Amino acid sequence: MKSRFTPPRQIWFAAFGIALVMALGWVAATSGPLAPIRVSVVQVARGEVSPALFGIGSVGAQRAYAIGPTVAGRVKRVLVDVGDTVKAGQLLAEMDPVDLDARVASADAAAARARSAVATAEAQVHDARSRQKLAASEARRYVGLGQEGFFSSSAVDGKLQQAESADAQIAAAESALASAREDAGRLDAERAGAKQQRLNVRLVAPTDGAVTSRDAEPGSTVVAGQAVIKMVDPASLWVTTRLDQGRSAGLRLGLPAQIVLRSNPRTTLAGKVVRIEPLSDSVTEERIVQVEFDRLPQGASIGEMAEVTLHLPAVSDVLLMPNAALRHRGGQTGVWLRANGRLRFVTVVAGEQGLDGNVRINEGLKGGDEVVVYSERDLEDDSRIEVVSALAGKAK
Amino acid sequence: MINLAGRDILHSWGKFVLTGLGLGLLIGVTLTLAGVYRGMVDDAKVLLNNSGADLWVVQKDTQGPYAESSSIHDDVYRGILGLPGVARAANVTYLIMQVRKGNTDVRSMVVGFEPGQPGEPAYLVAGRRITRGHYEAVADVMTGFVVGDRIRIRRHDYTVVGLTRRMVSSGGDPMVFIPLKDAQEAQFLKDNDAIVNERARTAANPALNRPGVPGLLDAINASQTSNRSVNAVLVRVASGSAPETVAQEIRRWKHLEAFTRAQMADILIAKLIATAAKQISMFLVILAVVSAAIVAFIIYTMTIGKIREIAVLKLIGTRNRTIASMILQQALGLGLIGFAVGKIAATVWGPAFPKYVLLETADAARGFVIVMVVCVLASTLAIRAALKVDPATAIGG
Repeated sequence: MKSRFTPPRQIWFAAFGIALVMALGWVAATSGPLAPIRVSVVQVARGEVSPALFGIGSVGAQRAYAIGPTVAGRVKRVLVDVGDTVKAGQLLAEMDPVDLDARVASADAAAARARSAVATAEAQVHDARSRQKLAASEARRYVGLGQEGFFSSSAVDGKLQQAESADAQIAAAESALASAREDAGRLDAERAGAKQQRLNVRLVAPTDGAVTSRDAEPGSTVVAGQAVIKMVDPASLWVTTRLDQGRSAGLRLGLPAQIVLRSNPRTTLAGKVVRIEPLSDSVTEERIVQVEFDRLPQGASIGEMAEVTLHLPAVSDVLLMPNAALRHRGGQTGVWLRANGRLRFVTVVAGEQGLDGNVRINEGLKGGDEVVVYSERDLEDDSRIEVVSALAGKAK
Repeated sequence: MINLAGRDILHSWGKFVLTGLGLGLLIGVTLTLAGVYRGMVDDAKVLLNNSGADLWVVQKDTQGPYAESSSIHDDVYRGILGLPGVARAANVTYLIMQVRKGNTDVRSMVVGFEPGQPGEPAYLVAGRRITRGHYEAVADVMTGFVVGDRIRIRRHDYTVVGLTRRMVSSGGDPMVFIPLKDAQEAQFLKDNDAIVNERARTAANPALNRPGVPGLLDAINASQTSNRSVNAVLVRVASGSAPETVAQEIRRWKHLEAFTRAQMADILIAKLIATAAKQISMFLVILAVVSAAIVAFIIYTMTIGKIREIAVLKLIGTRNRTIASMILQQALGLGLIGFAVGKIAATVWGPAFPKYVLLETADAARGFVIVMVVCVLASTLAIRAALKVDPATAIGG
C-alpha cells in the first residue's frame, strides 16, 4: 500500500518544501540586512549651466507722494478720489483757513493805513519846507536891515534861530516820511505773507500722477505732515525684490529679470535690475534690489506680490551633475562615486547652480564619472547597491 | 530504521501542511506586530538621524521641538555659531498640518530648513534639491505626491521638486520640506479673513489707533504679520568636541535648553511614544502567549488524534524513545513550516501597512527560538499523553 502511494506524496511534500525554502530565500534577499540598497546613478558630463537668482518682491512706486498740510488744521474739502489721474499743479484738497482770510484783510487795512500815513508825512515835509522858505527869507531880510541898524541884534538872532529851527523841522518831517514808508513796506510784506499762508492751505499736486489713497475727509483734523492725499507717479513702478543673502552671489546692476505677478502667473514680464540697495535687511538676511519693468504692465497694483528670477550669464562647457547627488558626510560635502562596482565617497567643490537643479563641479570629479544621484537609504562605505533606472515618483 | 515521523507526516501531508500554514499565519501576525512596534521606535530614531544634528537647541525649560512646543528667535543661531566647538548651526521649524493637493489633503509634518545645513533631507529618490529660495518643496514619497505636483501650504502654492524616503515625524507622518522663510510664514500667517479681522480689531482699539499719531496703526499691523521665530536650532559639533560640553555651554550662557542625541532619543522613545509603544508591546506579549498556547494545543491535539496508532506501535513493541522522537520531530517540523510561512507572510504584507513596519532580523531569530522552544514544550505534553496510553486501546480495550 505504501509503495503505491508514497512517491506522489513525497513529490508533493518535497515541492512544498522547496517552494517554502525559495520563498524564504527571496524574503531574505529582498529585505533585511542582506538586501542591497537600490540606487540610480548618473554620469558627470560637460554642459552649460545658467545660474539664476530667485526672489520675491512687491510692486511699488519709485516716486510716491504724501501730500498734507504743513501745520495742523482741519480739512475743508477734498477734490479728488482714489484712482483719479491728476496734473501737476492741480488742486487736490484744501485745508480750512480758519482766520487766515481775516488776517489778510487786516493786513490789507494796515497797509492802506500805512499808505495814508506816508501821504500825511509827505504833506508835513511840504509844510516844513514852506515854513523854512519863509523863515530863511525873513532871516535874510533881518540880517541886512540889522546891519544897517534898523533892528536890534537880538531881533536878528531871533529870526536866525527861527530859520534854523525850520531847517530842523524839514529833517524831522523827512525822517517821519521815511519811517512811514518803511512801515508801509513792512505791512505790504506782512500782507504778502498772509496771502502766502492763505495759499498754503491749498494742497496741489506736485507732479502728474494717480491718486492712491484719500486719507482724510472734509471736517477731519490732521496734524502737520499727516497725509491727506497720497499719489504716485505710475510711470515709476518697479518691483522691490528681496533675495536671500546666501543666494545672491553674482548680483549686479542691469541683470535681466523675469517678473511674474501673482495676479497673472502665466505671463512672464521682462525687466532689469536698476538699483541694488546698499543696505541689506540684517534681520531677514535678505538683500534688496529694485527691478524695473521693461514695459509697464496694464493694471498692475501697488503692493502686489511678484516672483522675480534674475538670470546670470550662462557658463558653458563645465562639468555638471544633478544637485541631488550632493551629500553631506560629517563636515564634508561630496558625492558617492561608483567605480569598479564599489562605492567611494569623494569630496567635491561645487560651483554655480542652475534653477533646473544642475550644479557645476569645480573640483573632485572628471567627465564620465558615475555618481549616485538617488538612493533608497543613506549610503555607507560598505553598502551593497543595486543600480536601477528610477526609484520612485517619476515626473509627470 | 524507518523514520516514523516522516512516514506519519507523508501519510497525512495535506493536513500537516495546512496546520503548518495556519500556524504560520498566526506567527506572521505576531512577527508583524513586533515589526509595528519596531517601526514605531524606528520612526522616532530616523527623525533624529535625518536631521543630521548633534545638538538640539530649544526654548529654555522645554523639551522641544518634537515632544513640546518650543519657540526661539531666528537670530539665536548666530550666537551659537560663535561658541567654541560648534561647526554648524541652522534654524529649523516643524509644523504638523494637512497639506492640500487639489481636493485632497495629506497629514504631514512641514519642515522649514536652510539648504545645505543640518535639517536638510540627506538623500532623494527622485527629482532635485530646492534651488529657489521660495515656494519649492521636497516631499516624502509616503505623501503620495510626485515631482511636479502643486501643493498648497496655507497661503501659497508650492511645487514639489524632489522626493525623499523614510523622512517621517515621530508619529510617522511624512515630512514636506520647504524653505525656512516660507515655513516661518506658514506657521504664523493666518488666512486672509483672519488677517482682515485682526486688522479691524486693532483699528477699533483706541489705544492703538490714535488720531494724533499717524502711522502707528500701520506699524502695529506690520508687526503683527511678521514672524521671527523658529522651533529649534540644529547644531553640528566640530570634530573633536564633545556634544555634552557644547550643550552645557549653551545651557549656561545662552538661556536656552540643549539636548544631545542620546537625550533627544530618550525624550522621543521614553516619553513621546512611550504610551503608544507600551500599548503595542502589551498587545504583542499577549499575542505571543496566545500564539504559543495555540501552537501547543495544535501539537497536543494532533498527537491525541493519533493515539490509537500510537497504541498500536506500543503493542508491536516500539520503544518509548522512538515514539517520543517521532512526536518531537513532528512538532519541530510544524514549527519550522510555521515560522517560514509566518516570516514570508509578514514580509509580504508588511509594506502594505500605512505606517512603517520594521522586521528586524534579530526579532526573527528571537521569534524562531521561541517557536522552537514552544514546540518542544508542547511536544513534551503530547509525549506524556502518548507514553501513558495503554497499548490495549489499540485493540479496543
